[in-house]
Amino acid sequence: MSGDVLDAVLAFVGWVRRAGVPVGPDRVHAFAAALDALGPAQLYWAGRLTLCGSREDVVLFDAAYRAYRQGPAGRDGRSSSLPRPASSPRRVLVPFGLSTKDGDDAGDGPHPATVALRASGHELLRHRDFGQLTSAERDEVRTLLGLLRPAAQTRPARRFQPYPRGVVAPRRTLRATLRALGEPARLARQRRRDRPRRLVLLVDVSGSMAPYADALLRFAHAAVRCRPASTEVFTLGTRLTRVSRALRARDPEAALAAAGAAIPDWSGGTRLGEVLGAFVTRYAHPGLARRATVVVFSDGWERGDPAALAQAAVRLRRLAYRVIWVSPHRGRPGFAPTAGGLAAVLPHLDALVAGHSLAALTELVDTLRAGR
Amino acid sequence: MPDSPQQLTDALAKAGYLADEGLATAGFLARRLGRPVFLEGEAGVGKTAFAQALADALDLELIRLQCYEGLDAAQALYDWDFARQILHLRAMEAAGAGTADPVALEAGLYDRRFLVARPLLRALESAPCVLLIDEVDRADDEFEAYLLELLADWAVTVPELGRVAATTPPTVVVTSNRTREVHDALKRRCLYHWVDHPDPQREVAILRLRLPQLAESLATQVAAATARLRDLDLVKPPGVAEAIDWAQALHALGATSLTPPLAGASLGAVLKVREDLARVREKLPALLEA
Repeated sequence: MSGDVLDAVLAFVGWVRRAGVPVGPDRVHAFAAALDALGPAQLYWAGRLTLCGSREDVVLFDAAYRAYRQGPAGRDGRSSSLPRPASSPRRVLVPFGLSTKDGDDAGDGPHPATVALRASGHELLRHRDFGQLTSAERDEVRTLLGLLRPAAQTRPARRFQPYPRGVVAPRRTLRATLRALGEPARLARQRRRDRPRRLVLLVDVSGSMAPYADALLRFAHAAVRCRPASTEVFTLGTRLTRVSRALRARDPEAALAAAGAAIPDWSGGTRLGEVLGAFVTRYAHPGLARRATVVVFSDGWERGDPAALAQAAVRLRRLAYRVIWVSPHRGRPGFAPTAGGLAAVLPHLDALVAGHSLAALTELVDTLRAGR
Repeated sequence: MPDSPQQLTDALAKAGYLADEGLATAGFLARRLGRPVFLEGEAGVGKTAFAQALADALDLELIRLQCYEGLDAAQALYDWDFARQILHLRAMEAAGAGTADPVALEAGLYDRRFLVARPLLRALESAPCVLLIDEVDRADDEFEAYLLELLADWAVTVPELGRVAATTPPTVVVTSNRTREVHDALKRRCLYHWVDHPDPQREVAILRLRLPQLAESLATQVAAATARLRDLDLVKPPGVAEAIDWAQALHALGATSLTPPLAGASLGAVLKVREDLARVREKLPALLEA
């Protein structure tokens, strides 16, 4: 491949990268080979088949390809005329619903009045509502949230493991006997292995949940860190966003920044019924929520018809092993599930628990581990 | 071996599979670059059928590995045939070969003929062939790591026997229903293609190809109705497989055109969820007229 062609290939890859498709060097290599095999007229398919890794990537790739075709001025790959894809603008996380002005003084060091947190203060802090924390308390709570180990209870696997007090294992016993050339050997015993049950977290990031979204996403990050392979996290707002991969980063700040960048509808409106329905149809029904523990973090505030929400909850209940609804208002005195949406889903839940404070989330961890 | 995606499209059509440009290009590149194709898409859009058609079109053997939870090396790669090994020993004993060299006897037990080849090993040994790794999202994460090794080297090492390598890499088709995100490391080695529902014209062509006895007008109606069903936001939108089932059911009922009573009677062939059936039944006449 000549130098000119190589430059053109790299320029095109630059467009695709800036559209938000994570393209590694090995993919570029495959792209060049595919282009070589197909000819330059097949730029679209050569690129789409080799540079994309998921359906979301395909959407971004299509946008990049159109932009590349349309913008001859920008073909050098350094022009700023490439439209930014919808999902990539970075958003500043507004911690616990405080305005950014309040957030700024977090950088000036801990608040003098709350510098020394003693054990009793610690206990108070655990029960404090996330929406009413000072910036120093917030840092403390964040550290403590990072220490939680949320995981669903295990489930029995299809396969067995040796266990001296279990039931007789026919296959291994027979093999042991054969190995002894037919002499009856010791009875081998086994029991079912345990496997992590899938945990699916749905976090409402609409405006009414803004004071809690940061803490809940940190909780979700702790869950992903605990069991990366069997935890899935989605955010609900005006649309559904899968943030499991963004939350895989080890550092909570990096993970939350990545998740914030992926969520297009942060602190926006809410169409809970419709979005939950979309989750059930697109993910839960094809298999993601089957036999899983599903936790929905939402106040159940629904502007639309609660019937749609109830229908989604019914379907979710039938697919999942267990559906837990976490409402930040549950912990308040005098709480009654009267919010239109919450009243509609209540009959279809396994549990409705509080999620407004560190203590409530710690309790949630225990609830998850305890099983149905 | 086809020289262009177009040639492969024609060969696939002869094998009874109408592939669109992207899928044919993916199949062509898989052969040319020796990379696996990773197919994702809704259930019933023809991911598995593609592998079968590819094998027919290239005139190669199809070896299928159906993934499931708990799948391990003994079921995917190889296993020693213990019973035959014992039988061999007994036979040697009966033949009075007790005085033979025990080291040689033991080495003889780990012979290729006592090895049961499972799909992956079989694919390596009988390459060139088409290897279908179906529904890889159902297998465990650990199994993916296993596949990585195989797909990188096209070889496996059996400790007692040595290395088994493929002379030419098999053409590999990996499918996923997306119940779980497959690891990037695996996807990176593959050509990725998202298989969409076909457009109505292509669907008519598929129906006519699969069911030659079907009247063209009925095929057109079934394809149009199926496309409209897919727009209805159903729990399980019908795939191509369901459309074929439906057309077949209608043909068996002796239909020449899709009328509301006939559609109502055969709706169970295309929709398999109770809520979907209830929703579609009430607006069936409007759906067929539109």
